[in-house]
Amino acid sequence: MNEMIETESLRFAYPADEGGEPVFALRGVDLAIEKGSFVVVLGHNGSGKSTLAKTFNAVLLPAGGKVYVEGMDTLDESLLLAIRQRVGMVFQNPDNQIVANVVEEDVAFAPENLGVPSEDIRRRVDEALKTVGMYEFVRHAPHLLSGGQKQRIAIAGVLAMEPECIVLDEATAMLDPVGRKEVLSTVHRLNREKGITVVLITHHMNEAEEADRVIVMDDGKVAMDGAPAEVFTQVADLRHMGLTVPDTVDLLDRLRRAGVDVPLNALTVEACADAIAAEIGNLK
Amino acid sequence: MLKDITLGQYFPGDTPAHRLDPRTKILLVLLYIIALFCAKGAAGYGVLALTLAACVRVSKVGLKALVRGLKPVLFIIIFTGLLNLFFTPGTRNLAEWGPVRISDTGVHNAVFMVLRIMLLIMGTFLMTYTTSPISLTDGLERLLNGLKRLRVPVHELAMMMSIALRFIPTLIEETDKIMSAQKARGADFESGNLVQKAKALIPILVPLFISAFRRADELATAMECRCYHGGEGRTKLHVLKYEGRDYIALAMGAVILAGVIVLGHFGI
Repeated sequence: MNEMIETESLRFAYPADEGGEPVFALRGVDLAIEKGSFVVVLGHNGSGKSTLAKTFNAVLLPAGGKVYVEGMDTLDESLLLAIRQRVGMVFQNPDNQIVANVVEEDVAFAPENLGVPSEDIRRRVDEALKTVGMYEFVRHAPHLLSGGQKQRIAIAGVLAMEPECIVLDEATAMLDPVGRKEVLSTVHRLNREKGITVVLITHHMNEAEEADRVIVMDDGKVAMDGAPAEVFTQVADLRHMGLTVPDTVDLLDRLRRAGVDVPLNALTVEACADAIAAEIGNLK
Repeated sequence: MLKDITLGQYFPGDTPAHRLDPRTKILLVLLYIIALFCAKGAAGYGVLALTLAACVRVSKVGLKALVRGLKPVLFIIIFTGLLNLFFTPGTRNLAEWGPVRISDTGVHNAVFMVLRIMLLIMGTFLMTYTTSPISLTDGLERLLNGLKRLRVPVHELAMMMSIALRFIPTLIEETDKIMSAQKARGADFESGNLVQKAKALIPILVPLFISAFRRADELATAMECRCYHGGEGRTKLHVLKYEGRDYIALAMGAVILAGVIVLGHFGI
């Protein structure tokens, strides 16, 4: 079995206001997320991307269809803890997910809940804090840390469960560029070095450049699904869904429309610069 | 302006007073309070005052911080003192102005009552100064563990207390932000009489409450995601363990309590 998370015609509706129709946030999503992959889910507000994320560890239960985590059905209540231990989740607001007023106590929260023996908790806490590069803050008060540092503590808190997969639900949205960089490089490292599956929900296109796979959500359905280079070259469709494209693709797209023959699929700044340089060389 | 709120303030340190198990400290404070109410005369109070002074010395907290703790209750202390001074009937009147008089028992009671309250407050403050809020809740949870059998939700209460402590700085920061935002919209918190000032707080409290509810909701989800499912089967990173020094401290506390009771028996 190679799938971390699998959904089958997944539907979800939020309860309606009085007299109104229930609003379907997800209307039939079929996805399979491979183990060890780095998947970015994009979409504008209300596209259903956050709802989708919350069904991955049984915070929200499907109203129709199924979600399987390593083959375990999220509707089966007896598997709840096993599912949540495997799929950790990091949320948008760092202040609202830190439970304790000492960093190490907060990181220890999940293993404490799982009933891990005390010596083992100590080891897990130290390891998790070292992995996210926050070990020197082990006895600090979390509210005195920066946004990026708090978010890394939150990631450490999830890592202490020893999960297979981490879902980041717009975890970078409230951070400044420095904090965003800290968090992104941390999750990329986790994915590379520990083989942890990462599902990154975001509306920052630039965060998707280095992903293995990009899924674009629109109106509760999967609108696009593929490698970043495949997805981002569909500039017109993305704009139609209210999404911007990465700055590099935007530049290349403008150049093409101005009649310069450059490829669209150079996503990173370096690749983009190389492509343009090559074209300048050709023109000479 | 909100920065100087001190709730359960803690002075970090590494003195014997800091290293004691929180349960020991809670029990010692309990013994100390019982002793305070058993003390009858100067000798008893003297012993307790000396004990407190010794503890303060060991904890290196500094008398100034302790006396500062008395400030908010100064009014109550003065009020109790005056009440005892003027309204206790005694055998001999020292002074008399019409219906108001000061008796010898009145003076005696006033002095000792004020002393008792002051020692009581300083003693409990010394505990909160030397024990971090989290280990204090931990200690309380463990001490009250037996009540679980009586269906008292001990774990839940301790969890609520530690979350409340965790969110105090966050909510203070938020209040500051809301106040600035309302001021920028022309709100006036400084002028007017008491009623007007109280009314001016509404535009702060409403957004604060709404945001607190939203935070609570998000925190609950985040806790669930980290496998929180109540106190059942929970382990701890730091397990409380009584050490030799805890037994010594408790024995000393018991001896002092017994001494004070004996002294009280002789009325001194």
